[in-house]
Amino acid sequence: MNILETQALTRHFGALVAVDKLYLSVPAGEVFGLLGPNGAGKTTVIKMLTTLLPPTSGRAWVAGFDVERHPARVRASIGYVPQLVSVDGSLTAYENLLIFAKLYGVPRSERRARIAASLEFVGLEESAHRMVRGYSGGMMRRLEIALAMLHRPRVLFLDEPTVGLDPVARQVVWQRVQSLVQEFGMTIFLTTHFMEEADHLCHRVAIMNLGRVAALGRPEELKASIGKADATLDEVFAHYTGHELDSGGNFREISRTRRSIARLG
Amino acid sequence: MKSQGLDAASPAWAEAAALSPEPNRAAAFVRQCLALAEMELRKLRHDPTELATRAIQPVLWLAIFGEVFARIRAIPTTGHLPYLDFLAPGVLAQSVLFIGIFYGIAVIWERDLGVVHKLLVSPAPRIALVLGKALSGGVRGLSQGVAVYLLSWFLGVGINWHPLALAGVALATLLGAATFSTFSLIIACIVRTRERFMGIGQVLTMPLFFASNAVYPIAIMPNWLKVAAHLNPLTYEVDAMRALMVRGGSSIFGLGLDFTVLLAATLAMAALASRLYANLVR
Repeated sequence: MNILETQALTRHFGALVAVDKLYLSVPAGEVFGLLGPNGAGKTTVIKMLTTLLPPTSGRAWVAGFDVERHPARVRASIGYVPQLVSVDGSLTAYENLLIFAKLYGVPRSERRARIAASLEFVGLEESAHRMVRGYSGGMMRRLEIALAMLHRPRVLFLDEPTVGLDPVARQVVWQRVQSLVQEFGMTIFLTTHFMEEADHLCHRVAIMNLGRVAALGRPEELKASIGKADATLDEVFAHYTGHELDSGGNFREISRTRRSIARLG
Repeated sequence: MKSQGLDAASPAWAEAAALSPEPNRAAAFVRQCLALAEMELRKLRHDPTELATRAIQPVLWLAIFGEVFARIRAIPTTGHLPYLDFLAPGVLAQSVLFIGIFYGIAVIWERDLGVVHKLLVSPAPRIALVLGKALSGGVRGLSQGVAVYLLSWFLGVGINWHPLALAGVALATLLGAATFSTFSLIIACIVRTRERFMGIGQVLTMPLFFASNAVYPIAIMPNWLKVAAHLNPLTYEVDAMRALMVRGGSSIFGLGLDFTVLLAATLAMAALASRLYANLVR
């Protein structure tokens, strides 16, 4: 079985169908990207896969466990970096890691070593005992990656991991994500609306529009499929959805994105 | 350069560490609750100014309201306690109530930051997260307790310094803070936005406070208010504190009933809150 599967996964919010009969399968070790404008249903998919939101219908399995029947087992197998900046600014990086190590049941004898290894992995050893609120946006995102890898998850969910970051910080985050796959064999499931990000990081992408998958494949396949070898993913997106990428998005989503940007800035 | 994901072998650590469920669930549960309380303690240690600003309100109640009402002898206290001695436990309970009730704001704030998402995706059961948060409220309540004790002592209240009495007050503080911070968490899960919460927080706090024995005894209340006071967990918190905090103080209901009500209220609120907690991020 694939490490991540969905079958007709659906979520309604009142009359709105946010995710409409989604079928996905992601093999272990893949970097899979869910691509689409604000309001396409990407975050709703991640929330269902991370057990934060029950599906209206359909099923999903993560790391071999059904998200509705064994949510605790799913949670023990995954890491999650929400779109919102979720590190606690009123603690140090070390303290953030320590609290989550305890929450995740990292054995006491291993805590120090794992925290040190996580800090080193994201290059924050030097700033470990500084208050996080003084960090730059890129440092906060790196700390979130350190937090998410602390308990050695099999699948890591990243919701818009580089929104609000400058190009240099974005490169660093990409590089860390690639190391997670290469060094630790993690499976990465990410959402983004940066075409460049998908192009750069993902083995396969699904283009989502209005709750449905409009196209699925390797970035180069998708480009070839529209008969234009040098097409950007933006063009691919427009081809499959019939509109430009930056449309859509309701008040709540936009204010959430802005809040992330404000905190990272 | 992308790695060829499909072939990437998954190293042993990724499987072993992530999947083994913890052998001792009770120990894990306690550790998870304590981790959240530790988080709160660490924040307080980094920024203790809140402790000082929180102490202002008790000063107003004891040094102004208390002193004036003690002079006019308008309120017949139980067991002929001096009014300030009668009031001190009520002010402690009240300040614990205020900390607890506005806890929901902090939770909504944490939700807006994404911290709640992270907690909910951790393997800790919802009830451990809720009780951990309740214990965090208790940590703040205890810090408030120290301030009220020092202030009361300074104003000449006859404090009962017996270690068992102190431990009893600490327990009542923890349970009172847990009850009201969990109640506040429930409200936060229902209203979900800061603006709505602010309005409701104000509306709830004063009735809870006035429909209790915090500043006047139940005996002098009109009948309808007596009924409300008997249904209010704050009454039992004050009753226990009054018996334990000051020399010559006594409990009307008996400490057994006081602590039973507080514990039952905490558990009932926690059970409800753990069902609603996930609503915050939906």
